[in-house]
Amino acid sequence: MPLPVNLKLPAKLQHLEQLIDFVTNCAREQGITQNKIGEIQVAVEEALVNVINYAYKDEEGDVEVACMLDGEKFIIEIIDSGFPFDFLSLQDPDISLNVSERNIGGLGIYLIKRLMDHVEHKREDDKNILTLMVSTKQSKSEPDNVTKI
Amino acid sequence: MEINIKKEKGVPLVSVKGRIDAVTAPDFEKDLSDLIESGEKTVLVNLGELEYISSAGLRSILATAKRLKAENGKMVFTGLKGPVEEVFKISGFYSIFTIFESEEAALNQL
Repeated sequence: MPLPVNLKLPAKLQHLEQLIDFVTNCAREQGITQNKIGEIQVAVEEALVNVINYAYKDEEGDVEVACMLDGEKFIIEIIDSGFPFDFLSLQDPDISLNVSERNIGGLGIYLIKRLMDHVEHKREDDKNILTLMVSTKQSKSEPDNVTKI
Repeated sequence: MEINIKKEKGVPLVSVKGRIDAVTAPDFEKDLSDLIESGEKTVLVNLGELEYISSAGLRSILATAKRLKAENGKMVFTGLKGPVEEVFKISGFYSIFTIFESEEAALNQL
């Protein structure tokens, strides 16, 4: 694919699907496996929803997604011009708590960190740039075996 | 997202197809909420045809589970696979929910 490719739209929930589809198509063109694409979709949704809900507070603004390939790394950038905010700095939720004790929020960012091979935030030219990276080579090792009843 | 609700052996069986994302999660939660309000205490959810779930869907599940727990009820699952199963594992949902191998196994034990 001509690299990088990008899509910029108003940061609104109604554009979520179009933005995710754009990244999905980029990933598919790179031959990324269906399971991995599913994980990319979750991470991208979580990042976009954070921008949509929090980046501009009560104002309007855009969000841009860009896909690029760097060797064996598939890289997605999610860019907004909203308030400076590194949501990666938020504390991970305690996933060992039971149903009654667990907080309802906080899982989105944790999912991004766990599903992607590498994640980073930078502030450049008054923009928040969140970079998500997955290896196109080999899927991550399988998670711990979990016994089903 | 498509939701189908039927009763099997007296237990409401909720089958979800498609995607539970930030857009569809409120509808999913509403359907579960209606079940609780109709007096159901135990809910079996089959995610076998669910392609995708994000944290918005997990929040709906957790909110529903908290309501059921407060009424001594519970929410159990079956059919997890692929990215949906991965998201459940990462989020610690395997340790807070009972997850059955099949609908039959669930219905036999509920």
